[in-house]
Amino acid sequence: MDLITFGVQLLNAVQYGMVLFLVASGLTLVFGILGVINLAHGAFYMLGAYLAYWIALMTGNFLAALVGGVAIAFLLGLALESVFIRWLYGRDHLAQVLLSFGLILVIDEVRQLLFGKDVHSVAPPDWLSGSLQLTDNLSYPVYRLAICVFCIGVAALIFLVITRTKIGMIVRAGAENREMTRVLGIDYDKVNRLVFATGIALAALGGIVTAPISTVYPGMGDGMLILSFVVVVLGGIGSVAGAAIGALLIGLTDTFGKVFFPSVSGMLIYLLMAIVLLWRPNGILGRREA
Amino acid sequence: MTKERANLVRASGLPALCLLAAIALPFVVPQYYVQFASKALILGVLAMALNLVVGQGGLVSLCHAAFFGLAGYVLALMSPKYDAASLLLTLPVAVLAASFAALVIGALALRTRGVYFIMVTLAFGEMLFYLFHDADFAGGSDGAFINAKPELVIAGVRLLDLDKPSTFYFLVLGVTVAVVALLMTVVRSPFGHALAAARDNERRARALGFPIFRIRLIAFVLSGALAGLAGYLAAVQFGFMAPQMLGWHQSATVLVMVLIGGLGTVTGPLIGALVLLGLEEVLKAFFEHWKLIEGVIVIAIVLLLPNGVRQLWPMVFGEAAREPARDHAIKPTSAPAPETGHA
Repeated sequence: MDLITFGVQLLNAVQYGMVLFLVASGLTLVFGILGVINLAHGAFYMLGAYLAYWIALMTGNFLAALVGGVAIAFLLGLALESVFIRWLYGRDHLAQVLLSFGLILVIDEVRQLLFGKDVHSVAPPDWLSGSLQLTDNLSYPVYRLAICVFCIGVAALIFLVITRTKIGMIVRAGAENREMTRVLGIDYDKVNRLVFATGIALAALGGIVTAPISTVYPGMGDGMLILSFVVVVLGGIGSVAGAAIGALLIGLTDTFGKVFFPSVSGMLIYLLMAIVLLWRPNGILGRREA
Repeated sequence: MTKERANLVRASGLPALCLLAAIALPFVVPQYYVQFASKALILGVLAMALNLVVGQGGLVSLCHAAFFGLAGYVLALMSPKYDAASLLLTLPVAVLAASFAALVIGALALRTRGVYFIMVTLAFGEMLFYLFHDADFAGGSDGAFINAKPELVIAGVRLLDLDKPSTFYFLVLGVTVAVVALLMTVVRSPFGHALAAARDNERRARALGFPIFRIRLIAFVLSGALAGLAGYLAAVQFGFMAPQMLGWHQSATVLVMVLIGGLGTVTGPLIGALVLLGLEEVLKAFFEHWKLIEGVIVIAIVLLLPNGVRQLWPMVFGEAAREPARDHAIKPTSAPAPETGHA
């Protein structure tokens, strides 16, 4: 493999990893702070892609699809939290697994009622189409580069909000000791709702930015859900930094696995997971559970 | 009916009555329902197998469909193209394959706790799904056909004609009864008590010197083997294996059966399988988007009946029904059934 091909694959790996990071960070945020394991996370990824397709079709504008899709997902997250999810705080994992499985069935059928079963595609915006000439003989799709830049921006934003703002402080305090924050007079119901809706919005955002480079199809959430779980297991539950490391590792393993070991590439990420678990059962940045 | 009488009927009469009804079934209902009953019993065995780790062990596994499907695929791959495979050869190999997969996945997954365990079992289960989904040798996403049902031949005599629905049904019924008896024995044995002790208070069980990892791994492998047994029977019945049968949606559906039937009993998941499959059958007949309704029902059960449909009995039959329902539970202690899964 020459240096050029290597560079292209590296960019592919980073781009893939960044989308994985978006989705997995939503999953790990909801679990780390609310203690809720949400199997329906992949369904919201799929829903995001369908919303992007639908809004882009209506408006002809990808930016509108991006903003509109995220907004709808966020509002949906707020509504779902107040109707269903808040009953799951403190319940056992089995209840959480099954309720979110019920949600998947509902979301999938509603999606089919609204958008049908067809496979769709979404065009990237004009100003991001085409390829960029990086060196003499290395060109790379602009849209994929834009995904990298955009996702790094979102990741930086998440880190800043969690580590530098008052909201982030409250969220961290609540994850640490919920009773104490309640005693201190913080309306934790509102914080919960915001955290869940943010997690859902991140899943949908992943689906939206992926829509132009992939196809939009009914089962797309499933693969993403499993991969996000692997990312979270690798990085450590609740750790956004861990999710970033895990996502990049998966991106690299999957992309280069397909180049070097095409016959077993499907197994490689699980092999990676098995090795990490043997080394650290709670993930790379995971804390020891009591 | 007095409380004692009710207890007695529940303790001995009801299971015997159910068994009698089950034996009489092929003689009174059309063939379609015999096939439906076979399918429900097979998935009931899978649900009971899963319940050993979920209900008794407190370990929420999301990969049991993989053991189920793996065993089915073993039969599909071992069957000659136009000839019948030997039941005596393929069944043990299929169950052993499922047990081995459970041993490897269990040994890795049981290093983790709580929610990690759920995620890891989910991921390894999907690994097996993709193995059969992408692999050419097993027909890829098209699946694999079993053209002739396996036959049981001893000394040149063909003992079972599995093409006949009622014969197959009685085989499945026999297996179901055997699995119930086995699980009852396991749950009541010192091993079963140790497994439950590890679920209820891991630290205390460890302090008492129980080898928790080994106990859980044995339970996981036994559960995987029984799931494989169910998968083998399912492959015989359908004559077809598709990768979807290994997928995590299937695992989650079986988990719903376990929850509907109640975690605390051996036979509860069997009832859960009957209830869920019966419900699907009715919904499919009336609604195009039946999964929407099924999803709503699943959510409602989780929110309103966290201990399964058994909770409905006291509401329907009054307070008198409450006590027997609890007597029926196999839990050795008198403490209220603790929920599974401790983070």
